[in-house]
Amino acid sequence: MSKLYLPKKWAWGIPLWILALAFLAPFAWMVSTALKADIDAYKIPMQWIPDPFQWDNFKTVLVGETSVLPAFGRSVFVAVLRVAGELLTATMAGYAFARMTFKGRDKLFLLYLATAIIPAQLLLVPRFIYFQQLGLYDTLWALILPGMFTVLGTFLMRQFFVAQPAEFAEAARMDGANEWQIFRRIYLPLATPVLSALGILAFVWSWNDYETPLVLISSPEHFTLPLGLTNFVDEQGAIAPGLTMAASVVSIVPVLLVFVLLQRRFIAAMTHTGIK
Amino acid sequence: MVSATVTAAPAVRTEKQPGISPRGWIGFLFIAPNLLGVVAFTLIPLISVILLAFTDWNLVSGFGGISFAGLDNFVAIAKDPGFWNAVGLTFVYVGVSVPLTVVLGLALGIALNRPLPGRAILRAIFFLPYIVNTVAIGMTWLMLMNPKAGLVNQVLGAFGLEPGWFASSHWALPALIVMAVWGGVGYCSLIYLSALQDAPKQLYEAADIDGAGMWAKFRTITWPSLLPTTIFLLVMLIIGASQGFGLIALITAGGPGDATTTISYYMYQTGFQFYRFGYASAIGLVTFAGVLVLTLLTWRAQRGRALHE
Repeated sequence: MSKLYLPKKWAWGIPLWILALAFLAPFAWMVSTALKADIDAYKIPMQWIPDPFQWDNFKTVLVGETSVLPAFGRSVFVAVLRVAGELLTATMAGYAFARMTFKGRDKLFLLYLATAIIPAQLLLVPRFIYFQQLGLYDTLWALILPGMFTVLGTFLMRQFFVAQPAEFAEAARMDGANEWQIFRRIYLPLATPVLSALGILAFVWSWNDYETPLVLISSPEHFTLPLGLTNFVDEQGAIAPGLTMAASVVSIVPVLLVFVLLQRRFIAAMTHTGIK
Repeated sequence: MVSATVTAAPAVRTEKQPGISPRGWIGFLFIAPNLLGVVAFTLIPLISVILLAFTDWNLVSGFGGISFAGLDNFVAIAKDPGFWNAVGLTFVYVGVSVPLTVVLGLALGIALNRPLPGRAILRAIFFLPYIVNTVAIGMTWLMLMNPKAGLVNQVLGAFGLEPGWFASSHWALPALIVMAVWGGVGYCSLIYLSALQDAPKQLYEAADIDGAGMWAKFRTITWPSLLPTTIFLLVMLIIGASQGFGLIALITAGGPGDATTTISYYMYQTGFQFYRFGYASAIGLVTFAGVLVLTLLTWRAQRGRALHE
């Protein structure tokens, strides 16, 4: 049986690996170009191994005059606050929607569900106006604040807490625990896996967000990383290939690290929520 | 892990759950931080966008320039050739990229569900485009699809093909579709993979005993069990594709001419380049209504056709 099995495995494997390499080609090109002099970027035929290796491209985008490190730092700042805020507010709200009763709870939750289907784009115009009025336009807070209070995170957390047994709370209440202690000591620790899933997704959303800063940030000194990548395009739209690709490689490293290190959790988060 | 998927969104429970805490206002305190933010950054903007849609406000005229315009914006939309051009392009973009992504994702999901050498790595490779940021990907494709010197045309040149891609009004939209499919296929295959793990194994065993072939098994067991997943993916991708404007803003700016001005980019242009906030809000509302109808129709298609365990 095993004699037949191996070739069959490879019969499917080889075409799939060829397809996979084709899928990877843009990334390979990205890395290769990041290490090339600009004149070699469009050489015909394409030269996969740079000759010579232009390590200076990375030096320029990291520590040079056009360093992306400040933008990188701003992206980290935005992501950390957004993720921390979203996890905190979504967990508390999701818990209350699932495990506590109070007047108007279900009506309020319906309202939440209704707002969840609104495309973020529709809100860009009014947010632009508000943030201008509030003095938050062209500041990182315009990116952070809306991201800290999400309906989607609340919805996911509620789904989790609804499935948890109520008996724990009853027992703790008998022992004299208050509502905060029941949440903090009993239910919150149970939620660690789902919290890490939501945290991973929230990080990736925040890290990759291009549309929001495109509309709400105007000064280059407040650019987050996705906007910062556009710095290497001049006014005529000409791209500096080596620097752009070096900066792009730098920009995908954090997401790649999260993906490689937490692959199983990441995929579970993706497949269970089905959303990005 | 998250115990319920969005596909199976449960109805709000109205009946009293036993054992739930009876303390009236404490629950509200738990929700308050999130609620305040949602009201401030989502609900109020939403109400204002609806109100704005009935005004003729242009940012340039300042707040004093707001005046009620009734249904003028909606009448203007109906007569706006730019809007209808955008609707047509959006239909082409969504109508081609979404089915292509789903079909290829299904094929890939089924292939990846078999024992394969290096299966985990393969999955990761196909999924990679989905998690990388728009700008890094956009810049890369922009250079790969350079009509003269890009790698894509160097390869296609061997077959005598050298499309102009983003420089050509015929090829710019197909180029965006290629990028969208490349970006979304891995995500679809991943969702299909997790659905395939739940496929009813005993049915396959029964089919094996009956001597059913591969195609028969796919048609009678696999496909029906994947139908809810397919509908879910269609809905997610339709919503995503009809909203996407990041790549367009980055690469084509709607051009050449208006060859890639899809509806969401048209709204962005109207709002943020011409500052016609009233009109842009109206376009947003109309689009949202359209996508909602399309989504509900897709959703309803699964009724009674899905395989119920």
